[in-house]
Amino acid sequence: MSENARQLETLIGRGYQHGFVTEIDSDTVAPGLDEDVVRLISRKKQEPAFLTEWRLKALRHWLTMREPHWAHVKFTPIDYQSISYYSAPKSRKDGPKSLAEVDPKLLETYEKLGVPLHERARLAGVAVDAVFDSVSVATTFRERLAAAGVVFSPFSEAVHTHPELIEQYLGSVVPYTDNFFATLNSAVFSDGSFVYVPKGVRCPMELSTYFRINALNTGQFERTLIIADAGSYVSYLEGCSAPQRDENQLHAAVVELIALDDAYIKYSTVQNWYPGDANGRGGIYNFVTKRGECRGRHAHISWTQVETGSAITWKYPSCVLRGEGSIGEFYSVATVNHHQQADTGTKMIHIGPNTRSTIISKGISAGHGQNTYRGLVKILPSAHAARNFTQCDSLLMGAQCGAHTFPYVEVKNPSATVEHEASTSKISEDQLFYCLARGIAQEDAVNMIVSGFCKSVFKELPMEFAVEAQNLLAVSLEGAVG
Amino acid sequence: MTASRTPLLAINDLHVTVEGKQILNGLTLQVGAGEVHAIMGPNGSGKSTLAHVLAGRPGYEITAGTVSYEGRDLLALAPEERARQGVFLGFQYPVEIPGVNNVYLLKAAVNAVRKQRGLPEVDAFEFLGLVREKMRLMHIEDSFLSRGVNEGFSGGEKKRNEVLQMLVLEPRLAILDETDSGLDIDALKVVAAGVNSLRSPERACVLVTHYQRLLEYVVPDIVHVLVRGRIAKRGDRTLALELERRGYDWVTGEAA
Repeated sequence: MSENARQLETLIGRGYQHGFVTEIDSDTVAPGLDEDVVRLISRKKQEPAFLTEWRLKALRHWLTMREPHWAHVKFTPIDYQSISYYSAPKSRKDGPKSLAEVDPKLLETYEKLGVPLHERARLAGVAVDAVFDSVSVATTFRERLAAAGVVFSPFSEAVHTHPELIEQYLGSVVPYTDNFFATLNSAVFSDGSFVYVPKGVRCPMELSTYFRINALNTGQFERTLIIADAGSYVSYLEGCSAPQRDENQLHAAVVELIALDDAYIKYSTVQNWYPGDANGRGGIYNFVTKRGECRGRHAHISWTQVETGSAITWKYPSCVLRGEGSIGEFYSVATVNHHQQADTGTKMIHIGPNTRSTIISKGISAGHGQNTYRGLVKILPSAHAARNFTQCDSLLMGAQCGAHTFPYVEVKNPSATVEHEASTSKISEDQLFYCLARGIAQEDAVNMIVSGFCKSVFKELPMEFAVEAQNLLAVSLEGAVG
Repeated sequence: MTASRTPLLAINDLHVTVEGKQILNGLTLQVGAGEVHAIMGPNGSGKSTLAHVLAGRPGYEITAGTVSYEGRDLLALAPEERARQGVFLGFQYPVEIPGVNNVYLLKAAVNAVRKQRGLPEVDAFEFLGLVREKMRLMHIEDSFLSRGVNEGFSGGEKKRNEVLQMLVLEPRLAILDETDSGLDIDALKVVAAGVNSLRSPERACVLVTHYQRLLEYVVPDIVHVLVRGRIAKRGDRTLALELERRGYDWVTGEAA
């Protein structure tokens, strides 16, 4: 981690120690979902009419849909009428009252990841009603962005400051009819991030949800919209390596990215929602729709994800390659241990000529974990000379886990080049012994070998994130061998 | 540290089976500090098994016998402990570990040893200097620094890398398992120079080899011939030459 980043973290960390503002708002609507609830959410947020109407259309459509079960994951159907869809802000009064009440295993993990003490309470969901004061660092951060003309704000704020952009782009990549969870999100989304990078602007810093301090507790139905105007560049970091607890089991987020001519969006995720206990109880269901559209010529969208948390991950960050010569990339490390299940991958939809896509997927299965790669490469008739390269590797640790691969390829233009490479391997006894014979401890040896396996993905992550991701992987695979 | 009369390594009546098959059958061998021993023998005589058992590879069942190193029970130590105590195995077939950087592994190994000795972690800058110096000795190119462990290495590169690791780790007891096999004459000289550079009154080296060629460049104090899991013959440098002239049948016949 760079010295700057460390200082920044220290500064931010300091902010947590004091300056807590208690703001309890008890108006949580009764569980259940109907048009009145959607209208209420929209009214509470004082949204313009177009948005209320959009939410209602989504709800009406959602009521005609069924919960999908095609993924290679198992879960009992969710009772959507038992969920409360509006609570602002969440008081967390049901959470543990102090760190003493938190699962000691979780605290042990924080210790290992080096999470600062004052951070642990927030991450573990302790009822501190934490809406902390704006910190000078965050203010400076915003000022620098504003100087560059970059908009980075909570979605609910952007609805008021940039309604025209929201109206133009919201749902233009993931329409409200897209899929069960995205449609539900469209009807009831709570908050999220909005980013607009103007023409020709290179965003002066990496945008991290870490800094989006006034939009905490929006995990359940998060909505993110990122627009990179012609010739711009932005790198967006989502998540945090420390395991986060949330009282909501279901997370159905939507992320939409739009890259115009020559724009480049790099979106990195480190996902570590609570995976449940060693028996798989109590973990988060992470059912997320992420899609980017390269709308302009030579646009470039790159997804990098490190998925280690959640009881169930259902997630396919995808690229619609519409603009001529546009580029889509997907780099993924997905890890399952204990009873975790992951069904993740990507879709690369080639529409424009000379479009290119790269998929590098690394799945690691340990314990009783089930890991599935599901990917679609679709070359439409208009996509002359399109190219795709897919590499899909699975690493198994132990005999109880599983790795599954479902690659779908649809080619409708004969000039396309599509390559697919796949491998499944175990950490070999030879590799392990080689490290041991050099004096390296078994756990360190396993971490080293796994990190090596993931290297081609990790190198796509911003520096600080890569270090965190490596530590995270080490912790989540602890005890998986030997 | 060790009294001159106590051998650095003392193997006594060692019996080892692999998947129920007897491989070592009452092997006794003593290696004193400052000595270089060559273990020769026909294929399947148990040479590599001996090397692996000393390094602690799993899968071998020790049914009888003892091994002491620096006067302590070597077999009671986990493989990584042995390495940290100064036992080094140069592999016959070094494995590839994709994505793990050569230097990274080497640094982790050095630090594991240093930690054992209560020393601070090695300074990255100094470490690189040291590695570069040893690389020159082993005729290894600079590009090696950024490559994965043995990834895409030729047979000769792998062997030179093993010796490089040995030079950086400076073990007290080095066991080289057919490090000479598959090397052309130039590479063999480089490897031999590396091994010789580590010879000292405190250290010992066990060379496991099938041919006497390496012994022209690394002259052993004692040559042992292993047949069917035990030492059938021992002698000096001239024994290796005689073996080359007369073949292993000469000894196996005698041993039968």
